[in-house]
Amino acid sequence: MRMLLSALVATTILAGAAQAATVYPLDRATILAGSPFDFKVEFKSVVKPEDVKITVNGQDYKAVLGKEAEFVAEEKGKEDKVLGSALIARDLVLPTEGTYTIEVTAGSESKSVTWDVYNTGETAKAKNVIFLIADGFSVAHRTAARIMSKGMAEGKANGRLNLDDIPPAAFIGTSATDAVATDSANTMSAYMTGHKTAVNAIGVYADRTPDSFDDPKVENIAEAIRRQTKKSIGIISTAELQDATPAAVVAHTRKRGDKAEINGMLFDVKPDVILGGGSAYFLPQATPGSKRKDDKDYVKLFQDAGYTLATDKTELAAAAGTNTGKILGIFHTGNMDTTLDREFLKKGTVEKFPNQPGLVEMTKVALDNLSKNPEGFFLMVEAANVDKMSHPLDWDRAVVDTIEFDKAIGVAREFAAKNPDTLIIVTGDHTHGVSIIGTVDDEKPGTEMREKVGTYASAGFPNYTDENNDGYPDKVDVTRRLFLNANNGPDHYETFRPKLDGPFVPAIQNEKKEYVANEAYKDVPGAVFVPGNIPKEGDSGVHAVDDVVLQAVGPGSEGFKGYMEQSDVYRVLADAFALGVKQTN
Amino acid sequence: MTHPDPQVTRRTLMTLLAGLPLLTATRPAAAAPSLAFDELYSKFGVLGLEFSEKVKSLAGQEITIKGFMAPPLKAEAAFFVLTEIPMSICPFCSTDSDWPDNIVVVYLGEKQTFVQPSQTIEARGVLEFGSWTDPETGFVSLLRLRNAEYASV
Repeated sequence: MRMLLSALVATTILAGAAQAATVYPLDRATILAGSPFDFKVEFKSVVKPEDVKITVNGQDYKAVLGKEAEFVAEEKGKEDKVLGSALIARDLVLPTEGTYTIEVTAGSESKSVTWDVYNTGETAKAKNVIFLIADGFSVAHRTAARIMSKGMAEGKANGRLNLDDIPPAAFIGTSATDAVATDSANTMSAYMTGHKTAVNAIGVYADRTPDSFDDPKVENIAEAIRRQTKKSIGIISTAELQDATPAAVVAHTRKRGDKAEINGMLFDVKPDVILGGGSAYFLPQATPGSKRKDDKDYVKLFQDAGYTLATDKTELAAAAGTNTGKILGIFHTGNMDTTLDREFLKKGTVEKFPNQPGLVEMTKVALDNLSKNPEGFFLMVEAANVDKMSHPLDWDRAVVDTIEFDKAIGVAREFAAKNPDTLIIVTGDHTHGVSIIGTVDDEKPGTEMREKVGTYASAGFPNYTDENNDGYPDKVDVTRRLFLNANNGPDHYETFRPKLDGPFVPAIQNEKKEYVANEAYKDVPGAVFVPGNIPKEGDSGVHAVDDVVLQAVGPGSEGFKGYMEQSDVYRVLADAFALGVKQTN
Repeated sequence: MTHPDPQVTRRTLMTLLAGLPLLTATRPAAAAPSLAFDELYSKFGVLGLEFSEKVKSLAGQEITIKGFMAPPLKAEAAFFVLTEIPMSICPFCSTDSDWPDNIVVVYLGEKQTFVQPSQTIEARGVLEFGSWTDPETGFVSLLRLRNAEYASV
């Protein structure tokens, strides 16, 4: 043991003598052969260009990478702080699969990274891929959706969700390149590019400069599909279309908040069917409701590019019947309302946007339209509110949206039954710290709500009903309901009841920018103050680091197995479509 | 327990606000017309919002509106955002992009102490509508009160 320790110390001292430069793509990157990517070396000090030596598999890098990198003598950080020298080469392509070891030295700095450049099979396994993702999808959401929708008696579910018959295929590790924790930008980006990246980044490696648009780019699935195939592309989200998950299909930015620019990137890629919220970023700044800071009118730009516009459920149905092949459906200035608000309670912003379609209608219209392309399609469907309602600990809304997600999965499965050359993937991008621990039973004695929490045998079974057989509980405020709980959160009041007046707002910000419990719930009978256990700058429950369950069915699904890094999912998608091979003539 | 004592908080607030009535008294006593959050727009649509006739007719006049004060973007900002409900914004929203549609930006005539976010306030100032980018912060607003002041209610 002592010998091992001294050996470790010796290595550390040796390593300390040389500073490590950073190379992007990072060590252990997996790169689709033929896909363009940016190469960057960041030195920690200012170095002379003549001192920089870069080899790839022992050869001068220019010969292998096919391009000379631009030398930047001094990269600047905030307040013009000198960060060191850098080398950047954009749009490199490695056409041949294999292991590539990149050795970089300059002065006292050195770094060695190895990339795995992979190719796909010659022939596509699947004609179509439907990628269904519930943002933040955790096991508790699935269990709660099944019990709320189908009921349970004597320990057995009274019915099965659509997703219950899709084989679990892999556990997915969601961590970011800069942290074990993760967000919807870097997680969806890993799925859609095959490269892991930093929290808040999409389609790029996160470099050190403040500019969010100069980071080293990697190709995303929409660009790869356009480069190699004539397939159609569809994007559906109940969030703003510029939100991290839909954005990761098409965009490149270090900052997911660059929504106005992301909308421009969406236009550059021109997916054939685009359905969701976020019209505020389509409108020129002079239009009230716009969140742009320029005069670009993306509604007009898309229309001029041949898209049929739909702004509500009725117009979506009409657009579905047109033959333009391209539909832009924007149904809300911001995020669309939850299913519970939209279909049942009419709360949230439903009064302002009363005729929003749901995920099921959107999925149907998209499949009808995209399947007209004989070359096939890629469709991404996001149930965004599972996450958006898990953050504020509004479990009823999160679960009812999970039921809607399951119905969209049902639509996808019906399509695949008739079109067996379709690969269906059902997954989440990350998880939440949520669990079901039992029930809340209003009929238990006393007034203290805490004493009405049923655990173990006293939980009994919930008494949701579904008289009209629509798959949704007739009401969520039944007398004995599921009790879901987060393992983290801000200071808040636990009311033990569904929030029938609108989505839960557990905490609000004070003048010190700290989140404090929202007093609006303080006087709800039986409400209990729950002290927060995350920093006070946090407004809501946070993502969990737990693995995601990925399920898949159809041709190509055999590529998923065991534990997989989120970025490895892309390789299975690429292989299903044979994206290593040019399929356009 | 970090349970804040609401009594203490309220008392602190009262002390902070004790100076306010004096300030208000320097204005003419005539009652300014009031505007409510649900009267700002006549239409909420995907393709844009329409200012209500009431907003259009009151523009340029001193009005009052009740709402909640969102914490300032920057401590030294010349304005604050008045919202219909107390603000709770997402962790990634450092910009104006994720504010609700219906906010009113309040430019104060003179500095005032910020109040707790759950406290209803009434702001009084000259109403202005149309897109405006704050030159210091780049914050874009559609509705503003100029030369404003506020008091808790």
